Amino acid sequence: MTWFKRDDNEIQPNDDHEVKTEGLWVKCPGCRKTIWKADIDANLQVCPNCGHHFKFSARERIENLLEPGFELVDLDLVSTDPLEFTDLKPYKSRLAQTQKKTGLNDAIINAVGRMGDLDVILSVMEYGFIGGSMGAVVGETITRAADRALESRRPLIVVSASGGARMQEGIASLMQLAKVSSVLAKLDDAKIPYISLITDPTYGGVTASFAMLGDLNIAEPGALIGFAGPRVIEQTIRQKLPEGFQRSEFLLEHGFLDAIVERKDLKSYLAQSLKWMTEKA
Amino acid sequence: MAENTAPKSAPSVAPPVPEAWVKTELARHPQRPYPMDYIEALFTDFSEIHGDRQFGDDPAMAAGMARFHGQPVAVIGNLKGRSLKERVARKFGSPDPEGYRKALRVMKFAEKYGHPIFTFIDLAGANPGLGAEERGQGEAIARNLLEMSRLRVPTIATVTGEGGSGGALALAVADRVLMLENTIYSVISPEGCASIMWKDASKKQQAAAALRYTATDVKRLGCVDDVIDEPQGGTHNDPALAFEMVNKKLTQHLAALQSQSIEDLLAARYAKFRNIAQFYTVAGVAASA
Repeated sequence: MTWFKRDDNEIQPNDDHEVKTEGLWVKCPGCRKTIWKADIDANLQVCPNCGHHFKFSARERIENLLEPGFELVDLDLVSTDPLEFTDLKPYKSRLAQTQKKTGLNDAIINAVGRMGDLDVILSVMEYGFIGGSMGAVVGETITRAADRALESRRPLIVVSASGGARMQEGIASLMQLAKVSSVLAKLDDAKIPYISLITDPTYGGVTASFAMLGDLNIAEPGALIGFAGPRVIEQTIRQKLPEGFQRSEFLLEHGFLDAIVERKDLKSYLAQSLKWMTEKA
Repeated sequence: MAENTAPKSAPSVAPPVPEAWVKTELARHPQRPYPMDYIEALFTDFSEIHGDRQFGDDPAMAAGMARFHGQPVAVIGNLKGRSLKERVARKFGSPDPEGYRKALRVMKFAEKYGHPIFTFIDLAGANPGLGAEERGQGEAIARNLLEMSRLRVPTIATVTGEGGSGGALALAVADRVLMLENTIYSVISPEGCASIMWKDASKKQQAAAALRYTATDVKRLGCVDDVIDEPQGGTHNDPALAFEMVNKKLTQHLAALQSQSIEDLLAARYAKFRNIAQFYTVAGVAASA
């Protein structure tokens, strides 16, 4: 027996009274405060409260670093799926889906433009494209950016954000490490500046190649950077990893980063460093 | 997926073991000769050089001076160990950053005196560990890739067992990269690939086949220069014959490399890696930017 009885069991939702809040507020993983999304958008995707750096898309990065009027190049390469790889889903359909979602052919954008009054070549990885993984297209595109730097004698900046080599391209993706590292040796021989900007997260084959090969290797605060993933390490050593493991600050402390630079200061840092490298006495 | 399309009533038969998995087990066979076995059999006067002069001496990596048919050369190979105790001490053959730095130090030493460099590779991967990360495993591997691409001496790398990802490549940016017939060379282990892509480590055999990492497949993909035959059933069945087969190939390749000028050699090495694994087509620009 119930105390209250409702004759009409249906509760009719009233669409007019619904207030849409989804996506307008974001909980910051840095300070755990709820932040108005528009404030983060207006602040280069950095939390205005604690300075936590949220992910920046490749396009946002290019717009942030280059003067208006830059040109996007080398966008037309598409993977041929050399292994005809299929796991739970064919790699080809994963690619097609991600291409549609991101409007990109692969996890990289090259841009040519000016940074302050300096002409530069910029190559930016897109983490939103299959975890920024590096297959034949990413490897070739970064190499083309380096080729452009070699031909024009302009400095090269590569912004990494990647889970590592793209498993679905197997040995072909591993070979990209050798390819990009070889062209960077050419740049080094020719004394053309190369700065590696490492962003959250950068792992595996990307850390084990161009990300660590800059004249300067710099990172944004709090970025996760490593060779092996934390889960793999925990399974191997069977112990918990220390707080702050593989963050930018950890790498700086151990001597593998030259500087940690906040997003708002990156452009001036890069321009100033490149000037230092290229200015004739 | 194939098993989803099969009729439900079909009797469950164990799927045939893919050839890639057979090769994987051969590559990992515990009786298989390891890099140091090749170094001892094919070279004379081996004199080990220890330490990276920065941190320590990696027990999973050996490097040193030696002679190949009388000629001074440098040899480098990772060490796996045979007994359980030794395997643990050698971290099952997975080098730490100081191992890669020791290898590079010895390569630069050989370069200084104009001597060819041989590397032998049989490792599952670079060691994943806390210390390895603290000491820059990524940087150590990256540095080797860059420096090997411009070493001014002939270089020959041979995969004698497992060629495990970046940890193997860090010894294999060479003029000639050779694989023995029953070896594998992969971006990830089949176990790792299965647990990531299939979310099920027991799918390792499927992953092995999907990764196309056998010597035949890797050669077909143009990612190694030559495949060396093995004795019937694998190198462990007749190590002496295996050493002779490898010896013959190394002699051949070294002679070919030494007949070229160093400038030609460097240009050819660069061209090879610049044009390796070009698996893309030029399509329309998808970017709406």
